[in-house]
Amino acid sequence: MSLFRWSGAASTPPVWIGAGNYADVFSGDPGFRNALFVMAYFTVASVLIEVTLGVGLAQLLNREFVGKGIARTLLILPIAGTPVALALVWRHMYNPSNGVFTWFAEILHLPPQRWLADVTTVIPSLILFDVWQWTPLIMLITLAGLVSLPADLYEAAQIDGASPWQAFWRITLPLVRPTIVAAAMLRFMDSVKTFDQIYVTTQGGPGIASQTLNLYVFDQAFQYLHFGYASALLVVLFFVILAGNAVLVSLRRGEA
Amino acid sequence: MGVFGEPRSARIRRRILFYGALTLLLVVFVFPFFWMAFNSFKTNEKILEYPPVFIFEPTLQNFKNVLWQTPVVYSSGAQGGPSASSFFVQFTFNSAVVAFGSLGIGMVLALPAAYGIARYRRRMLALGILICRMIPGISFLVPLFIVFRVFGLLDTYSGLIIVHLIITVPLITWIMIGFFEEVPVELEEAARIDGCSRAGVFLRIALPLVRPGLVSAAILALIFTWNSFLFPLILAGARTKTLPVMVYSFMTFDYLDLGGIYAASTLITLPVIIMVLLVQRQFIRGLTIGGVKG
Repeated sequence: MSLFRWSGAASTPPVWIGAGNYADVFSGDPGFRNALFVMAYFTVASVLIEVTLGVGLAQLLNREFVGKGIARTLLILPIAGTPVALALVWRHMYNPSNGVFTWFAEILHLPPQRWLADVTTVIPSLILFDVWQWTPLIMLITLAGLVSLPADLYEAAQIDGASPWQAFWRITLPLVRPTIVAAAMLRFMDSVKTFDQIYVTTQGGPGIASQTLNLYVFDQAFQYLHFGYASALLVVLFFVILAGNAVLVSLRRGEA
Repeated sequence: MGVFGEPRSARIRRRILFYGALTLLLVVFVFPFFWMAFNSFKTNEKILEYPPVFIFEPTLQNFKNVLWQTPVVYSSGAQGGPSASSFFVQFTFNSAVVAFGSLGIGMVLALPAAYGIARYRRRMLALGILICRMIPGISFLVPLFIVFRVFGLLDTYSGLIIVHLIITVPLITWIMIGFFEEVPVELEEAARIDGCSRAGVFLRIALPLVRPGLVSAAILALIFTWNSFLFPLILAGARTKTLPVMVYSFMTFDYLDLGGIYAASTLITLPVIIMVLLVQRQFIRGLTIGGVKG
């Protein structure tokens, strides 16, 4: 498909144009470059924040306390909730004129924000949504890894006079690192697939400021009916994702 | 660390700090859900008020509208569309058919696959499954849209069930590999010696032993199919539209029915939340197994 030009109409057959679509992709299609950049920005930032926060939260919750079960239950709700419904709610919470976040910002005396409506804040706002939704997943996975750590290691460290902070950096982190990296990979794989949340909240806007490759391809295929070009983009997208994962896998090998 | 050596006041201070942080954390994560349910009881005018109102007279009108009224866009005159009175019921039914259909077929396809990969140590195949998970839905959608049109599968249950196998099969396989690997080989060998066939071993020994895993995989598959939006957005039509697409269509009206959006969002999220509350242990197990083992 990626070697043809085709509007998808049954009456007009696809036209063979060889590598023409690929030439278009790489000869500086500004839409493609923008989408690639937006996707990289969104994915890298959200995964980094989620992993940092998730590991921190896991550390905080890895103890016995009253209400642990309830806390865990509440924290898994964002993972399970229907993304479209959550995105609609977040969309209105971000509304610059009557959203509840706008009100929070006012109470906290922050400068007025336009959230999703502004080119500079739209991606950070989407990242915040993503972080809210997926940090609990990293936390749960890390928590599962933490539980399996042997307690006597910590007793030994304590006897040797290690502070809790040292114990975390020297014992906990090296031991759960494989788990954390696995969680980060899982999150990376899903993050590059993000579609529902962005499509429902911004549809890639304002302008094309939050248009990731997924949304760009969607538009090319189902708005403009450039099926051949969309297919070429998909092949490129596939290799981008494969390369990203290869980098993560090699990181993991190197560190293990 | 050093809890026993601490003076009592310091311990209490630590505890207050901890519960304070915990409460703040939970409020942050629960607030959008609270806001969703809260606003669904407000009238449209109240929802638009700024600053947001917290005291108001709750109304059920939004839910009534979503459940029984027929917004204009639904009756787009498509042939064979559901009767005007029962759109929400119809879409709920569609969602359920697709979710359970792709779960059932997914199980039939994925369980033997997972068993085979686990027993015969085919890690390369497992990697293939993982690659399937990495590919964005849109990559499947473009070619499938063209194929479906040729075969007349657009706007049919079978088409939607087939496309959601893309979600359920890799998911179930991935989770179940881990569970099948834990079944002791000795048990199976003993059964083989007693004259059980390979299929018999799979059905009578391995499957019953991985039942907890089955629950985990089934829940995750159900939830992810229920939540799926991109596939039905393009491949479903007037007859087979699922709930997420319906909720979204509230936004594309000429006027914005925020009350409707909030009420519909609440209704669609409710079954998922109930399910998670009932079986949260298995849900968490299923979510984390990929990470811990992978």
